[in-house]
Amino acid sequence: MRGLRVVLAEDGVLLRDGLTALLARFGHEVVAAVGDAPGLLRAVADHTPDVVVTDVRMPPAFQDEGLRAAVRLRAERPGLPVLVLSQYVQRAYAAELLDSGDGTGVGYLLKDRVGQVEQFVDALGEVAAGGTVVDPEVVRQLLRRRRDPLARLTPREREVLALVAEGKSNGAIARQLVVSEAAVGKHIGGILTKLDLPPADDTHRRVLAVLAYLRG
Amino acid sequence: MHPRNVWQALLRPGYLLSPWPWRAAAYLLTGAVTGAAVLVALVAVVAVGSVLAVVLVGLPLLAALAFAGLPVAALERRRLRLVDGDDASGAHAEPPSPGLRRWLATRLRERATWRELGHTLLTACFVWPAEALLLTVALLVPLATLATPLLLATAGGGRETKVLKVWTVTGWPAACGAAALGLLLLAAGGYVLGAAAGGRAALTRLLVAPRGGDPRSRVVELTRSRARLVDAFEAERRRIERDLHDGAQQRLVALSMSLGLARLDAPPGGPLAGQLARAHEEAGAALAELRELIHGIHPQVLADYGLEAAVADAADRSPVPVDVEFDRPSPRLPQAVEAAAYFVVREALANVARHSRAAHARVRAEHRAGRLLVLEVQDDGRGGADGARGTGLTGLADRVSVLDGRLTLTSPPGGPTLLRVEIPCEPIRTDEPSPPSEPVPPSGTTRVVGPTTEAGCGGCA
Repeated sequence: MRGLRVVLAEDGVLLRDGLTALLARFGHEVVAAVGDAPGLLRAVADHTPDVVVTDVRMPPAFQDEGLRAAVRLRAERPGLPVLVLSQYVQRAYAAELLDSGDGTGVGYLLKDRVGQVEQFVDALGEVAAGGTVVDPEVVRQLLRRRRDPLARLTPREREVLALVAEGKSNGAIARQLVVSEAAVGKHIGGILTKLDLPPADDTHRRVLAVLAYLRG
Repeated sequence: MHPRNVWQALLRPGYLLSPWPWRAAAYLLTGAVTGAAVLVALVAVVAVGSVLAVVLVGLPLLAALAFAGLPVAALERRRLRLVDGDDASGAHAEPPSPGLRRWLATRLRERATWRELGHTLLTACFVWPAEALLLTVALLVPLATLATPLLLATAGGGRETKVLKVWTVTGWPAACGAAALGLLLLAAGGYVLGAAAGGRAALTRLLVAPRGGDPRSRVVELTRSRARLVDAFEAERRRIERDLHDGAQQRLVALSMSLGLARLDAPPGGPLAGQLARAHEEAGAALAELRELIHGIHPQVLADYGLEAAVADAADRSPVPVDVEFDRPSPRLPQAVEAAAYFVVREALANVARHSRAAHARVRAEHRAGRLLVLEVQDDGRGGADGARGTGLTGLADRVSVLDGRLTLTSPPGGPTLLRVEIPCEPIRTDEPSPPSEPVPPSGTTRVVGPTTEAGCGGCA
């Protein structure tokens, strides 16, 4: 994978420097590292990066400025990949983020996840390539919920959908569940049918399925 | 039992030999002095203020006279202790927040301020001359009479002296008679002083130290101070949450990241790799624990998205499946209301998970007529919950009551258990620039309840 040009927004200096070093090690370049939301908007305008990594909570109000900036960026530049790092498992944040643009090229990860260095860099690559990544912790929480239309899914199908939400490809899912890739394809077909997502060229059905899943 | 005030002392047999007559005299004496001093001060301020009023500087000075009663009343309450042992405190309320303007507004609206001003004018103009006169008549006259033999022996040279400058005494028998009369007058004066001091104290009590204060203002004050405590408590929670988030959590994430990077460099399969892996795991576990702790202290989603999203989040975390139902997109409510309601729901869901053996729970919320938040948490468990026993719920009930709300729990044996919270509150107007600084996202994105099919909630009544 070629090196990505990254704009990083994180108010903690320690973490900002750490992330810059981490990304550099994997051959990515942090073209701008900023500490607040206005800075993030400016940096993206100045540098047109391949992908944006941002914290949720940032100055000045220390609420969800980072997330709002991400949503705004995606409204202004459809298709700009954004990976949001959050301190909390928060379905509301994830759902809002995935609703922005067409739901592709977005990631919502727990901040803890940067410790799993390789996973984190993989997720970043996935997002940059237009994939959708939702933190396994969010997914796990949602797994406990049993409501329509998800109630119609079999346990196996829910499991597959959870992995789709984590941004895994069919091949990766097949390896993890120790089944054939064809079987995964069949499950996904079943999920899409049950969630009433007929085949169409101009929508990303996998993303829509994940969204349906997130909304419960 | 010791007499508590001069009136009670007056009725006791040993009154004249007790300290009470002297205390009464001291009370009247200090009263006369104070009154005179206040009169002088008032006249001086009025004079200076009037003169300076020409150049406008004097006007605030004159206006400040409205508060002249405050220091005088404070002094009077201290003096009152001379003849009245009961609690003497003013009826002033604490201003709702610090600052001179608030203080002025509070004082100007209080009846106590004006009563104290009236008391000050009364003291300065009428009371203190009366006190001085009484002291003279009841104390100086008997003492002068009593001293007749002494005067006869010293100033009169043993031949002649005048009692009170009107009555000429010649010879010892008459002088001794005058002294005896003086003794009688002194005794009578002691009672007069006591009665006068008692009357003066009663006037003071009535005007500047009402018994028990004004009960209404006390209740208002108590309610306010309780609300202030809850606010302070809430602010402290936020501060702790913020400190943990900005400090410990950031460092732990950085540590976990460093360990992750170190693992990449460590020779695979070696002892170092194993140790790093364990350290990494520990750091991860610490992070997860800290995250839960921070979330428990104050969930950020409550500040960002409000009650509905926060309740949905609490439902997500509950081990018992929970349906969340808000009657319509919930408006943002005052912070204190949202926080109280959220913590009630969380405690209720925790209780459901811990004690109820319920298979299903349901949270319903409604903001009736834009004025009353009604929240219900119901489960299909075995019931028999006792609100009085759980300290968690009692604390929350207190918190709700501070907001003038009510918390009721019905839980017959066999269930279902229903916890109901009602808090009067108006939504925060969204056109005001209030945090979050940007508009709250359309509710569609945070809507968490799909069709609220009652599947699996068969036990709910």
